[in-house]
Amino acid sequence: MKVDIAKEVDEIASRYSRESGNLIPILQEAQEKFGYLPEEVMQRFARFLRLPESTVYGVSTFYAQFKLTPTGKTLVKVCRGTACHVRGGARILREVEKRLGIKPGETTSDLEYSLETIACFGSCALAPVMVIDKNVYGRMTTTKVGQILAETK
Amino acid sequence: MDAIRLTIDGQEVGARQGMTVLEAAQSAGIYIPTLCADPDLEPYGACRLCVVEIEKMRGLPTSCTTPATDGMVVYTNTPAVNEVRRTTIGLLLSDHPSECLICDRKERCQPFDICLRNVVVTERCVTCPKNGHCELQEVVDYLGITEIPFRRTTKSLPVDDSNPFFYRDLNKCILCGKCVRVCDEVLGVGAVALTYRGYASLVATFGDKPILDSNCVSCGECVAHCPVAALMPKKAELPTEEVATTCVYCGVGCGIYLGTRDGQIVSVRGRRDGTVNNGLLCVKGRYGFDFVHHRDRLKTPLIKKKGKFVKASWGEALDFVASKLKGYKSDEVAVISSAKCTNEDNYIAQKFARAVLGTNNVDHCARLCHASTVAGLGATFGAGAMTNSINELRDAGCILAIGTNTTEAHPIIALEMKRAVDKGAKLIVANPREIDLVRWSYLWLRHQPGSDVALLMGMMKVIVDEGLIDQAFIDERCENFDAFKKSLKGFDLDFVERTTGVPKDKIAEAARIYATEKPSALLYAMGITQHSHGTDNVIATANLAMLTGNIGKPATGVNPLRGQNNVQGACDLGALPNVYPGYQAVADANIRKKFEAAWGCSLPSSSGLTITEMIDAAGNKKIKAIYLIGENPLLSEPDITHAREALEKLEFLVVQDIFLSETAKLADVVLPGASFAEKDGTYTNTERRVQRVRKAIEPIGDCRPDWWITCEIGKGMGGKGFDFDRPSKIMDEIASLTPSYGGISYRRLEGSGLQWPCPTKDHPGTPILHTQQFTRGKGRFIPLEYKPPMELPDKQYPLVLTTGRSLYHFHTGTLTRRVEGLNVLKGEGTVEIDPEDASSLGIADGEKVKVISRRGEVVARAKVTEVSPPGVVFMTFHFAESPANMLTNPALDPVAKIPEYKVCAVRIERV
Ligand code: SF4
Ligand code: SF4
Ligand code: SF4
Ligand code: FES
Ligand code: FES
Repeated sequence: MKVDIAKEVDEIASRYSRESGNLIPILQEAQEKFGYLPEEVMQRFARFLRLPESTVYGVSTFYAQFKLTPTGKTLVKVCRGTACHVRGGARILREVEKRLGIKPGETTSDLEYSLETIACFGSCALAPVMVIDKNVYGRMTTTKVGQILAETK
Repeated sequence: MDAIRLTIDGQEVGARQGMTVLEAAQSAGIYIPTLCADPDLEPYGACRLCVVEIEKMRGLPTSCTTPATDGMVVYTNTPAVNEVRRTTIGLLLSDHPSECLICDRKERCQPFDICLRNVVVTERCVTCPKNGHCELQEVVDYLGITEIPFRRTTKSLPVDDSNPFFYRDLNKCILCGKCVRVCDEVLGVGAVALTYRGYASLVATFGDKPILDSNCVSCGECVAHCPVAALMPKKAELPTEEVATTCVYCGVGCGIYLGTRDGQIVSVRGRRDGTVNNGLLCVKGRYGFDFVHHRDRLKTPLIKKKGKFVKASWGEALDFVASKLKGYKSDEVAVISSAKCTNEDNYIAQKFARAVLGTNNVDHCARLCHASTVAGLGATFGAGAMTNSINELRDAGCILAIGTNTTEAHPIIALEMKRAVDKGAKLIVANPREIDLVRWSYLWLRHQPGSDVALLMGMMKVIVDEGLIDQAFIDERCENFDAFKKSLKGFDLDFVERTTGVPKDKIAEAARIYATEKPSALLYAMGITQHSHGTDNVIATANLAMLTGNIGKPATGVNPLRGQNNVQGACDLGALPNVYPGYQAVADANIRKKFEAAWGCSLPSSSGLTITEMIDAAGNKKIKAIYLIGENPLLSEPDITHAREALEKLEFLVVQDIFLSETAKLADVVLPGASFAEKDGTYTNTERRVQRVRKAIEPIGDCRPDWWITCEIGKGMGGKGFDFDRPSKIMDEIASLTPSYGGISYRRLEGSGLQWPCPTKDHPGTPILHTQQFTRGKGRFIPLEYKPPMELPDKQYPLVLTTGRSLYHFHTGTLTRRVEGLNVLKGEGTVEIDPEDASSLGIADGEKVKVISRRGEVVARAKVTEVSPPGVVFMTFHFAESPANMLTNPALDPVAKIPEYKVCAVRIERV
């Protein structure tokens, strides 16, 4: 584990006693700090609280508020609905994947982008549709993908 | 135990206070369907199958969580109750492969029948390994369910087959939570947890990784508890017969059932009644018996002719050995016996050495692990054995565990310690390494390897200075206190802090807890004994116990944990150079006369050589022939290179073993012994309990029990008193000559065995030693001074190497290295090194490195971990490829002659 992460984890831990009841507030703080709960962070807290690692995992998967994977600053969604599909939605998705270097459900290593797909965005008239954060981009083409992504930088 | 009476389904039922309604029903033979209740676990109340109606109670309470009370009226089988159960099961079955469960042909259907309902194979009970003993099937039958009123879904999760011993197929999981609870509540491991929620709920490891990548210790306890086929052993063959016997892998001596089919061992199950383990087992005990049928087993005697082993008949081999051994003088021969063999084997081995060869040159590997216990506790208490019993530990107020990595080396005792901690005991762990027990500890003293005397004396100084001693106990039961007290002067806490590296206030706190949170039990293992001052270490533990009166009472004592399965027995039965069975000194003329009369021969009066001395004597040709039973000194001796050179100089070496070990390869004659599964006998476990070993299968090939082989050689050399036809008769002779075993016979060992001393036929055995007085009369305080290890780090060899064991292997690996699965779990020796040391040496995790000491060098993979403190590296000694004992220091303890395995100086280089 990287030494700086260990230090930050220990700093959070230093403000708590080693009681298992402190697990949730500790995880909340950690999520605030790291944006999500990296495995090595959960492991180090497990060791601190003397809990089995699996227990920490059980708690962090039980509550929807905890994220186990990082999410990027910008969330890109590409529609996979039927209307978009027949107008080339799959190409749009491939183009986004290529440019960002990630698959749906993943986040770029610089934590800039996350990619997701959706079943239908309800804007079928605009198909194929791509959504970046709250902005809807309709009648997409592969060339437009590059331009739009460049704008969001 | 207040008796209460209640009425269940119209039947009057008696129960004990504290029982649940479910337990009351079960004890009266009334069936209530359950899926999440388990006698080993706390009530859980999750599956809601065990609901019942109880008069004057609202709703339908779950019987597994409802306490039984006097006068209660319970109905277990009403329409309302069964309605709830049906709904529950229906929901459960909606995503369980269940087609066969509700099929009306299930009684008649066979795995290869054509399924009339076109159900796929993975959905069928008839192709499931649990078919016929599945608890879900039982419940569905009871409720008579024939259809599922919910929409069917399937999970289609990949089967996790990463563990070498069991499958995890969570498609069949019914989320009863037993595996999660066993792993946490009973084992304290917590490898799995219930994760996510609702429909997505899943039993998972941390990060939902394969179980092999988790902290699972492969004990298989969850597999034994899973009601369905979600967790299944990979070897799932059911036995046709089961034999109650004792595990061979460590001094705990767990009770097991060996299951056999067609003359082969197919299963192992923990025995509950009257055993130390209460049905629990560790990975070696549950899955470690493949070695019995391993293709490498020796099947015939071998005689080396022109440098090559040639098969021989028993007649030929025995005649050859007898005639060769006859050609040596008494002081030119030696017998090395084995802590892995039975009591009877050991008794015969030492009798053979003394009565036939005429020498006291007989020893075994206890020299290498607990000779300092025998010496140190002998001098202070008069008996070198665990003073108390394992199952008392749970009642301790404080447990001091020093120099024992109990979770790895004595897993079942560690569970007992964990139980004590759960009940509120304060556990103090004194260990340089951050071993697993540290997780349970109230206080962890991370002292420098080899500084135990300083640490313990420091604690005793605090106890004396703060007036926490048990003066009455000391006055009444002990002697030499004043001289001892004076020796404490040398241990002022500043000095102790500097020597041990443990802060003063921690030492003082530990001292106070041990002295005041009574009863306090002290446990130790090789971390105490394997030092050039091992005897001093042991004496320090004894002093501490006497000082506070923590001895001779339940849940107290000084408890050395013996390593090998029968190391206690091998010592008890006199496989030692200075004593006959029962620690009766060979130097004592009266005792010698007793044995001469019984054995019908004259016996030598001077002590023989210890195992390390034998090897030296072989090196300078004073010893010319060795008869070695079941040992592998080429991996276990310190400084192996020296041991090999010495053994090569022997004129005649006979090795009796079940495999061609590293040492056997040097032999002139190899005799194939029978494994524990192929013979009857007894082992004595670490708490002095003599327990039966029972034959489960016929000997493999032409091998024979060790006692038989030795007896035949004895007879061949004209020895008298070797005409035993079965081991029970050997035990009868042992009983007649050994006061502490005097009341022991095979008949009395049925059930839970007997703890010695058991002097007479009606004596119940002795769970606690020294209750009224010490074995030697008064407990003797012995003054101590601090002596550093013989070899300390310096510029050339800047790191301390300490050695130990792994959970997955046993001793030199002769057995466990032949169990494939155990090698998947741990297949090679590693050297553990602290991240700081690693980075300053430029070593990455997993990289191969060379470990070099003054005596040799070995290559091993580096494991970078914070478990070992900076400046200290750690290796296990099980692996022939990276034999740690090439490095260790043969410096001996002056009294016990035990080598200093635990501390030597090394340096590490990249390769
Ligand atoms: S095998 Fe033992 S340690 Fe592993 S998950 Fe099962 S109970 Fe836990
Ligand atoms: S794997 Fe077995 S024991 Fe564990 S929750 Fe599932 S059904 Fe129960
Ligand atoms: S703890 Fe020891 S005796 Fe028990 S199963 Fe494991 S190895 Fe065998
Ligand atoms: S057995 Fe009682 S709720 Fe499961
Ligand atoms: S499911 Fe009933 S016969 Fe196969």
